[in-house]
Amino acid sequence: MQTFFQTLTTGLSDGAIFGSLALALVLIYKATEVINFAQGEMAMFTTYIAWALMGHGSTFHWWAFFATLGIAFGGGALLQQTVIRPLERASVLTAVMATIALLVILNGLAAWIWSPQLQFFPSPFPTSSWVVGGVHISKQDVGTFGVVMACVLVLWLFFRFTKLGLAMRAGALNPDAARLMGVRTSWLLALGWGFAAALGAVSGMMVAPTVFLTPNMMQAILIYAFAAAVLGGLESPVGAVVGGLGLGVLLNMLGQYVHPVTSELRLPVALGLLLVVLLIRPAGLFGRVVVRRV
Amino acid sequence: MGALLELSDVRARYGQVAALHGVSLTVEEGEVVSLLGANGAGKTTTLRSVSGTVRRTGDVVLAGKRLGRASPEAVARAGVAHVPEGRGIFAELTVWENLRMGAYTVRRPDFASVQSYFPWLQDRRNQQAGTLSGGEQQMLALARAFLSRPRLLMLDEPSLGLAPLVTREVFRVVSELNQKEGVAVLVVEQNAAVALAAAQRGYVLETGEIVLSGTADELKSNDAVRSAYLGY
Ligand SMILES: Nc1ncnc2c1ncn2[C@@H]1O[C@H](COP(=O)(O)OP(=O)(O)OP(=O)(O)O)[C@@H](O)[C@H]1O
Ligand SMILES: [Mg+2]
Repeated sequence: MQTFFQTLTTGLSDGAIFGSLALALVLIYKATEVINFAQGEMAMFTTYIAWALMGHGSTFHWWAFFATLGIAFGGGALLQQTVIRPLERASVLTAVMATIALLVILNGLAAWIWSPQLQFFPSPFPTSSWVVGGVHISKQDVGTFGVVMACVLVLWLFFRFTKLGLAMRAGALNPDAARLMGVRTSWLLALGWGFAAALGAVSGMMVAPTVFLTPNMMQAILIYAFAAAVLGGLESPVGAVVGGLGLGVLLNMLGQYVHPVTSELRLPVALGLLLVVLLIRPAGLFGRVVVRRV
Repeated sequence: MGALLELSDVRARYGQVAALHGVSLTVEEGEVVSLLGANGAGKTTTLRSVSGTVRRTGDVVLAGKRLGRASPEAVARAGVAHVPEGRGIFAELTVWENLRMGAYTVRRPDFASVQSYFPWLQDRRNQQAGTLSGGEQQMLALARAFLSRPRLLMLDEPSLGLAPLVTREVFRVVSELNQKEGVAVLVVEQNAAVALAAAQRGYVLETGEIVLSGTADELKSNDAVRSAYLGY
């Protein structure tokens, strides 16, 4: 029983990371139908910036955390305006290719600026545990989960209760109609990229203490995030977060209780599962089936 | 004091297909003008050339200011509310959210007076807009457009798909908004009888050109209009 709860908390903490990156993917996908393959590298790159701000990773500073969110936000918005916006009239595939180019560029740039070596990234949370009824609950896990979920909550409040958030939702649903109401959709798309980049930065800074900082740090995580987003239906922000949490828990449970599932098998198992779900429910767990007229 | 809206020699094309071959028309402050014409005559394109949703040449002047290459959002902010063909409702959002979108550019929206023109909306606030009936959606589109405090309201076939009684109700509200709030209206219609009843003046568009214009009464008694659009 103790192992079960420990595995559960670690699973939720991993899952929060997958879920927040998945949410970032969904935000951009809903607004523009573009799958942003650079989402993981954007997160990695901003995590390096945080690392640099924290005196090359000597101690964690919350001010650096928030400064990084701001930088990520600005960088995401800037990328949208300079790279994605000019491709607005091209096909979606062109924009997707552009994000793949960004992936490669950011990866190379990070290795060039900061070297490809493993770096230590400090954690804001102590490595100790709370012991509740014989169960060891890692403060690191709880902290990670808490920070990520707090960010998701803030974002949800923004979309649900502010005029700007409403306009972003309306613009995603029907951009032409939104423009007729005076909505400057192009700016709102930049804002959306900014939010997605900031969310990615959160996941990057939260995962870096456990996986070490390298230019390739986010690549496997991005695949888990894709899986989570698709599981959730790709259109559903709630689905992305739930998908991420579910995937995190599941992977940790499999690793704990099913013996052949070693760390090498985690990714194949996750994607195998994704295939099974999609074969049964093509629209994902939270998605709507899109009926196309032929 | 010039006209509120003035189009001169407006041309627009979709790829190789020319849709407007030099349309000129005016709408005065506080006036209701209807634009009649058969399918494909270019009525929708005329409205779109004002709201900046189609590329055009020629001049569009709103309250003395040339609109030039203004984007749809800029034209909306300049005081034009365009209710497009198909109404442009955000079907997945609630009625209340749709109304708030209408008021997007307004600092202190007047939800109270919308309430008085559309009292039934209150009970439907939280209904998903896509689940409203066609007539209710048209009313919602009107209410939403009105919330943006437009100087000019452009309606594209508000009667489309509505029963005669509902159509009459829509036009009653349009007339009321025009008379009490002084909003000028440019309305595109296939249903010439209703449109001419509500309008002071009208234009007839045929394959991208204005072929006839006059007061509503003149048009109603014009033989060509009677046989083509009024059916008697
Ligand atoms: N998106 C488009 N692409 C190509 N051609 C178009 C497009 N929209 C309109 N057209 C063409 O432009 C011309 C004018 O169309 P428009 O929609 O303005 O007519 P309309 O008077 O509004 O007709 P209706 O009463 O059927 O709505 C038509 O010949 C139409 O085929
Ligand atoms: Mg039309």
